[in-house]
Amino acid sequence: MSVDSVFVHKMWNDHELSRMVKGGVPFPMLSDGGGRVGSVYGVYLEDAGVEARGRFLIDPDGVIQGFEVLTPPVGRNVGETIRQFQAFQHVRKSKGTEAMPSGWKPGKLTLKPGPGLVGKVWEVWKTKMAFD
Amino acid sequence: MGKEIKAGCARPTGGPVGEKADTSKDSPQQPMIKEVKAMITVGKKAPDFTAPAYHKGKFISVQLSEFLGKWVSLCFYPGDFTFV
Repeated sequence: MSVDSVFVHKMWNDHELSRMVKGGVPFPMLSDGGGRVGSVYGVYLEDAGVEARGRFLIDPDGVIQGFEVLTPPVGRNVGETIRQFQAFQHVRKSKGTEAMPSGWKPGKLTLKPGPGLVGKVWEVWKTKMAFD
Repeated sequence: MGKEIKAGCARPTGGPVGEKADTSKDSPQQPMIKEVKAMITVGKKAPDFTAPAYHKGKFISVQLSEFLGKWVSLCFYPGDFTFV
């Protein structure tokens, strides 16, 4: 979503993005003229008249599970967004019985919070696991 | 996903996804949907909206609540043809 019109979205897709991604952009390119939706989401930069790089992770119930907002010059890390989706999907599948420690990715150790784990996380989770 | 339309304007619907907009607080002098600022909190419902979109060769209208039941990544960016 950006403040550009759908006509400009079409031109950008057809003339540039479709040369980066085979078949063009697979998801809807939303237009937010005037930044009204962006204002509600807190990402509309009034002075510049554009929207910041905001990314909102919304679950199947419509609940915002996380967001990240960057100023224009730095791009996002799509891999991190996907990792967060995977982590929240895992939490949801476990019906909240499992928690994902720092650095978690699919296949790595999850934690099962409970009285027995209090003060014992250091025994099962090592700091280097945040970085590998 | 989204019915084909003539291009219009994006607008917040005034309520969280999956719920009707709360119009009870509107006075008769404010018949329009109130656009609330800073509604974003993790663990709370996303503000719903409808917006025109370009999708695979067509202009469509998209409402966020159409995606209930799916995981959604909603991304904002400064502008088409910007470099990052």
